[in-house]
Amino acid sequence: MDIRELEKTALDVRIGVIKALSNAGSGHPGGSLSIADVVTALYFNEMNIDPGNPGMKGRDKCVFSKGHAGPAQLSAMGIAGYFDMDDFTANLRKMGSIFQGHPNMKIPGVEMSTGSLGQGFSAAAGMAMANKLDADPGRIYVVLGDGELQEGLVWEAAMSSSHYGLDNLVAIVDHNGLQIDGRNDDVMTVNPIGAKFKGFGWNVIEIDGHDMRQILDAFAKARGCKGKPTVIVAETVKGKGVSFMENQAGWHGKAPNEEQTDQALKELEAAKAAIG
Amino acid sequence: MADKIATRQAYGEALVELGKEYNNLVVMDADLSGSTKTGMFAKEYPERFFNMGIAEQNMYGAAAGLALSGKIVCASTFAMFAAGRAFEVIRNSIGYTGANVKICASHAGITVGEDGASHQTFEDIALMRTVPGLTVVNPSDAVATKKLLRQIVEMPGPCYFRVGRAAVPVFYSEDDEIVLGKGNLIRGGKDAAIVATGIMVSKAYDAAEKLAEEGIDARVIDIHTVKPIDEEIIIKAAAETGRIVTAEEHSVIGGLGDAVAQVVVKEHPCKMAMIGQLDTYGESGKPDQLLAKYHMTADDIADAVRKML
Repeated sequence: MDIRELEKTALDVRIGVIKALSNAGSGHPGGSLSIADVVTALYFNEMNIDPGNPGMKGRDKCVFSKGHAGPAQLSAMGIAGYFDMDDFTANLRKMGSIFQGHPNMKIPGVEMSTGSLGQGFSAAAGMAMANKLDADPGRIYVVLGDGELQEGLVWEAAMSSSHYGLDNLVAIVDHNGLQIDGRNDDVMTVNPIGAKFKGFGWNVIEIDGHDMRQILDAFAKARGCKGKPTVIVAETVKGKGVSFMENQAGWHGKAPNEEQTDQALKELEAAKAAIG
Repeated sequence: MADKIATRQAYGEALVELGKEYNNLVVMDADLSGSTKTGMFAKEYPERFFNMGIAEQNMYGAAAGLALSGKIVCASTFAMFAAGRAFEVIRNSIGYTGANVKICASHAGITVGEDGASHQTFEDIALMRTVPGLTVVNPSDAVATKKLLRQIVEMPGPCYFRVGRAAVPVFYSEDDEIVLGKGNLIRGGKDAAIVATGIMVSKAYDAAEKLAEEGIDARVIDIHTVKPIDEEIIIKAAAETGRIVTAEEHSVIGGLGDAVAQVVVKEHPCKMAMIGQLDTYGESGKPDQLLAKYHMTADDIADAVRKML
């Protein structure tokens, strides 16, 4: 896919998020929308995967450690063809569905059940360790929230990943600056994120998390970095793409009502049309 | 019952043997490889050993990632930091995912001894029992440790495996059959049944021998697999003796005693008494002194049986 197609696909991912959360009546739109561009780049450009063969040997893996933003991942995966997209948008968070409130390994292609913050990072580090042991070329991508960095476990995982030289591991921090109770800076300061990871021995790349070119370049640079893991600190906007959700902590964990859904979908469709 | 060997020692030796047969067996530790005896495996198979430093949550989280990538993982630290500190990681990243991780926890119970209350775990079996899909194993001696470790390594799925610091009597012989999920009848008896786990099994046997001198015929059962528990052997004991005393080096809340009681109340209610740590913390001391002070000796078990008769 070229940049323009990726940008359009990222809007489709956002549309899927809004539809699914609207039908679910609950969930986390803010952090799903902020990470949508990165997720799109992963599933439609960066990762060596086969949606028709989710268990493919040597594949790259994506672990959504910020599991509450799972709808972004699932929306991308649905579009990529891992499962029926309509099933996802209709049944997310509903009883009996494989589409649980947080990513779950019952879903084809989901590599790790997450939701409890920090744990996906450790699991991803373990996957990267296994691939090193087996000389498996698969790379591991783990998506973290910025609020998630407040978990001590994150820094245990950061320390061990660097100790074991996991250059097959890439962490992406969705730095939208907001968490449930408000601004990171008011709740518990996480900045400076890059400097912290640098201190832990990581290769640090800081980008605009909504600039597709920068995202692709960052992944390419990460692939070229040997001997240590890479963190991509993606500066993002919570709720990105839906005007009334942007930069609003209140949209961390609340589904849009019918009117808001119509408005959001209208804006996203218009943005798609604008790309042409 | 001549030899005394710590179950952690048997664990370390068994890991080395299994490492030879299973090249996908990976061992992890959190800076306690000398104490937990995983260091023996580390020496033999350095490329398959990961010291994760003093970071137990990350060790069990990474263990899940390794296991989901096809490894059999035995990850060790003290029981306090495995079941206690890493509980939620075990629950969500190992239990919920069904990852093939064996949480091999050492230094359980009061026989940790001199380190004192901060390191003496009485809650681990209770915590681990509540995690759906987790097998909970508490071997009673060195032979059982080796035989059961092999079985849990060969069984896909998560397991909690509890071993201890102190040297304890070896009473099983290599020829004895020890099967995961099946209780072992150590001694027949009709007046009462002592259902024990871990290092308390040999004490239960000693208690039964003392009672025999008084004409009391006590049955002794080793429940090395606390979950899933062998209901049949317990129901039979309840039906045939009418009196059960449980014995464990663990809190009387949530451990073997409760697990046995759940079977008994449902299937064949009978009188029960529980020997174990009585809802209190331990303290520093020698293992045998502590077992005596906190009422976990053969005499305490025998007394409990006598009181029921």
